[in-house]
Amino acid sequence: MKWIITFFGSGIGKKLLMSLTGLFLILFLAVHLLGNLQLLKDDGGHSFNVYAKFMTTNPLIKTIGYGNYFFILLHAFVGISLAWYNRNAKGQKYAVFNSMHTTWASKNMALLGSLILAFILIHMGDFWLKMKLDQLPMVTYPGIEGEIKDLYFRVAEAFKNPVLVVSYVVGMIILSYHLQHGFQSAFQTLGINHQKYTPAIKALGMAYAILIPFGFAIIPVYHFLLK
Amino acid sequence: MDMNLNIKVWRQKNNKSTGGFETYPVLANEHMSFLEMLDVLNEDLVGLKKEPIAFEHDCREGICGTCSLVINGQPHGPNSGTTTCQLHMRFFKDGDTIVVEPYRAKAFPVLKDLVVDRSSFDRIIQAGGYISVNTGQAPDGNCIPIGKDLAGKSFESAACIGCGACVAACPNGSAMLFTSAKITHLGLLPQGEVEADRRTQSMVAQMDKEGFGMCSNIGACEAQCPKEIKLDNIAYMNRSYFKAVFSGE
Repeated sequence: MKWIITFFGSGIGKKLLMSLTGLFLILFLAVHLLGNLQLLKDDGGHSFNVYAKFMTTNPLIKTIGYGNYFFILLHAFVGISLAWYNRNAKGQKYAVFNSMHTTWASKNMALLGSLILAFILIHMGDFWLKMKLDQLPMVTYPGIEGEIKDLYFRVAEAFKNPVLVVSYVVGMIILSYHLQHGFQSAFQTLGINHQKYTPAIKALGMAYAILIPFGFAIIPVYHFLLK
Repeated sequence: MDMNLNIKVWRQKNNKSTGGFETYPVLANEHMSFLEMLDVLNEDLVGLKKEPIAFEHDCREGICGTCSLVINGQPHGPNSGTTTCQLHMRFFKDGDTIVVEPYRAKAFPVLKDLVVDRSSFDRIIQAGGYISVNTGQAPDGNCIPIGKDLAGKSFESAACIGCGACVAACPNGSAMLFTSAKITHLGLLPQGEVEADRRTQSMVAQMDKEGFGMCSNIGACEAQCPKEIKLDNIAYMNRSYFKAVFSGE
């Protein structure tokens, strides 16, 4: 067992943790967006509320959900500790520094990540906590047994607040920058760097980093402007 | 053409003192290398009974890896694929103020002025940056045939002169470009492949032990490397490390 502890104690081992948890969270974002796009459906929340009930009661989804919380915390914890370590490893800063050919995002991943963590906490406080504490109104739908929680109503209410809408859009811009570096960086850390595939991975990463946050940002803007 | 320059340079008495910038005027010539310009400035300083600026240099033809310096915020100065000794003053303008600093990283402590202690690199090499061979007659150069493409790829990594510009450029003070160039150079060849697992593990362990930071794939090292060592070396090292850890003994 000593070898595995040595491995995860090494710089490369910690980077592997960042890469794998990051890739899992990248997948999660796509699934989360696909589900949430139902908030744009004009059915008074029927399909979204049924979907939300499924996602919060299905045992398999619940297990993956706990894994997801764990990976978010692990990614944040290892990421922040690496950033702290790296800061100390650099020591004294240059009086003049010209970092050509590097992106701003790549040098500020810990800052972007910390802001995303703050966003996740606010986001969960807005919806997840309200659902857990049974603070949502109940609705019934024909053909579905019993009452289900009207999470759609809560979303529609929340996005009447312009401050919240703006902070969600800003949150998604931050996420976009984090993904612009994170997506391709995860592959490089895994050792996947090949002249045939790397340009495609970089292009896909850039498209993903723009489209996914854009898709999320549409939801609050749509509810604010059109509902 | 003669040039009047101001050199704002880091002066530090020794490892213990804090240090700070001093600015000196110097009359240089556009044909001088950056190091020759510093030689002229040192002559002036000696004439004024001041302590000359300590900086490292050896071959002055761009192959030894001894010269260093961060010039106007870039290791080895503004030109890509160029060491400080091959940087000529014609790339600066008359009247410029040039800021010269030592490499910055915890694992490269400043010894004096612009001289930093890079022995941490030596210890990474000692940990496995070699191939074990029995001494005796020199082996026949062609007894192990190696394809030209492979030899070429290995040579691209072997071009690393170990100057430490990668560490100096990295905001994390990471030595992963250097270490990975050595691991790739040896690991690609049949002579080096035999010990690849052990080499990768011990060189990576030594790199961490020296207190270098951890790579976050920023790419500043690749951009500043005077020998244009590529980031795919780091990917090769990571693969080699995963293989060594998970499938090795």
